[in-house]
Amino acid sequence: MTHLALSGISKHFGDFTAVRDFNLDVKKGEFVSFLGPSGCGKTTTLRMIAGFEIPSSGMISLEGADITDKAPNQRNVGMVFQSYALFPNMTVAQNIGFGLQVRKEKESAIKDRVKEMLSIIHMEDKANSFPYQLSGGQMQRVALARALAIRPEVLLLDEPLSALDAKIRVSLRAEIRSIQQKLGITAIYVTHDQEEALSLSDRIVVMNVGEMEQVGTPFEIYNFPTTRFVANFVGSLNTAEAEIVDPNKGTLIMDGARLESSGELKGRNKGDKIMIAIRPERLSFLSEGKKENVLDGKVENITFLGSVVRVDVTIGGRKFSMDTFNRPSLELPKIGETCKVTCSDKAVLILKE
Amino acid sequence: MSFLSRLRRFPFWGWFWLILGALYFILPLYATFAFSLSWDPADPFKAYERSFGDSRFWNSFLLSNILALATILASIILVVPTAYWIRLRLPQARRLVEFLTLMPFVVPAIILVFGMIRIYSTPFTIPFTDIVFMQPLTQFKAGTNILIVAGYMVLSMPYMYRSVDTGMRTVDIRTLTEAAQSLGASWFTIITRIILPNIRSALLSGALLTFAIVVGEVVLASFLGVNAFGPYLFLLGQHRAYEPAALSFVSFLLTWIAMGLIQLVTGGQGQAAGAH
Ligand SMILES: Nc1ncnc2c1ncn2[C@@H]1O[C@H](COP(=O)(O)OP(=O)(O)O)[C@@H](O)[C@H]1O
Ligand SMILES: [Mg+2]
Repeated sequence: MTHLALSGISKHFGDFTAVRDFNLDVKKGEFVSFLGPSGCGKTTTLRMIAGFEIPSSGMISLEGADITDKAPNQRNVGMVFQSYALFPNMTVAQNIGFGLQVRKEKESAIKDRVKEMLSIIHMEDKANSFPYQLSGGQMQRVALARALAIRPEVLLLDEPLSALDAKIRVSLRAEIRSIQQKLGITAIYVTHDQEEALSLSDRIVVMNVGEMEQVGTPFEIYNFPTTRFVANFVGSLNTAEAEIVDPNKGTLIMDGARLESSGELKGRNKGDKIMIAIRPERLSFLSEGKKENVLDGKVENITFLGSVVRVDVTIGGRKFSMDTFNRPSLELPKIGETCKVTCSDKAVLILKE
Repeated sequence: MSFLSRLRRFPFWGWFWLILGALYFILPLYATFAFSLSWDPADPFKAYERSFGDSRFWNSFLLSNILALATILASIILVVPTAYWIRLRLPQARRLVEFLTLMPFVVPAIILVFGMIRIYSTPFTIPFTDIVFMQPLTQFKAGTNILIVAGYMVLSMPYMYRSVDTGMRTVDIRTLTEAAQSLGASWFTIITRIILPNIRSALLSGALLTFAIVVGEVVLASFLGVNAFGPYLFLLGQHRAYEPAALSFVSFLLTWIAMGLIQLVTGGQGQAAGAH
């Protein structure tokens, strides 16, 4: 079932290690994102799949065949670049047909395929335009069509939307996903934008300084981050130190307040210091006579963000953010008032490390 | 008051230097032209008729044109892949290569030609034996032509290399190369279908400069005994008065037309690139 496999991939540039022990199996038709801050090795990993860099160690295989050392022009891998990289001397149609022409396909077959790709990206009327006559969004769609025209085994995209306006970014993002699903093509997407990764992917690989931090579905990555890095990088999370009171029941103590957590505490002992995390939207003001996970706080700031209101609260000297829906019936405390804040035991995440 | 302020705004010195510069270039040209017409008041174009009527003019001019074309072709084949590879894979070698291409400004052509004659006037032997596998290049016509084209390539290197390198700076050749590679293109395809067309205007200006150098070159051609246009003009200048003036004027015009062409072509490209 595995289509593309990266096993134990590392890449060194001199003394510097850009990627360390990267392992990933990608299924056919899967959309996987590499998410992480700038310089964490996403592009380097992608370039190793494309063949522009050779791994220092490890193996890359496609459909069971070892392609680790294969030249980039022998791999049948499509690539989309942040800077579009359209050939300035060719029209849109010539750009899209270039890969097929290189493969010496028949003129009529090329023409049909170009037409098909133009209709997929809704740019039939621009076939004879030159790249400099197009907008950024149009250029990137042509680049996508060009990469897909050769029917690649894998489509690689390196921050394809970073150079575009916010509005086009969102619409093109949806378009990329729908084309990918329609063609059933395996795609690897590099981004530093968590929203992009969460909205597009079947699975996300979160990376940090050359290493994989966590692999999972967007749901898992967002709701159950396993490391402090992932918790902080994906969404905004409140993190805090806590001490284990009872590892079996999941009882913790944080700044003197008792907390129950349903998170994994196996193998840990009473008295251990751990990191916990709580999403802002999982915190709420105490409504009924709830006894567990009640924290005393003081309101520091209130910000309206449209559909959501963000309230900053200090709990035991630590700042927490909480998000609540902006209902008309919403009753908020005033800045400077004390309040009681609560969350369920499922919302208290235990972080590794 | 308004006159004074207008006068103050008038860029007097700017115009002064511009006109002075223009005179500096145009006056000698005009003098040459006037002189070339003064041979026979009854037939002002006599010098031109004589010059163009001479078969030695046509032969040498044709030969120089062929040598120029050969130089341009060989230079492109040598310089484009070199400059490309340096930009792509060996950026640290860039300064060294730039320095090397400047050598023709440091080493005079006369030294170059004596060096060539010294080295290539002895037969090539298979190392450690006396078996000759090639006669000296200076001994036969094709050999001399190869030598002179090689020499011209050295002389035009600064212009060719710099034009090509600058042309490559304006397109992102690294990413374009990777895009083409991922689409399955070979190195040959990339250079001929992606790189060359995108540095067209740079190539053209390099080629025209090379052309101007080769057609007017005297030293290499004289010492290698090639009947090119430069030595012909030089000889003519020593024995005649009016024809050299006529031919100089024509060469000037040709050069200016070439410059105009560069402007025209690169100007159009510049706009396209600017929009991009
Ligand atoms: N060719 C190279 N030579 C030396 N260092 C490199 C090279 N390519 C990338 N790096 C380094 O590897 C690290 C990871 O780079 P990259 O994969 O581009 O990061 P990302 O795409 O996640 O921003 C960076 O610190 C970068 O400077
Ligand atoms: Mg990158």
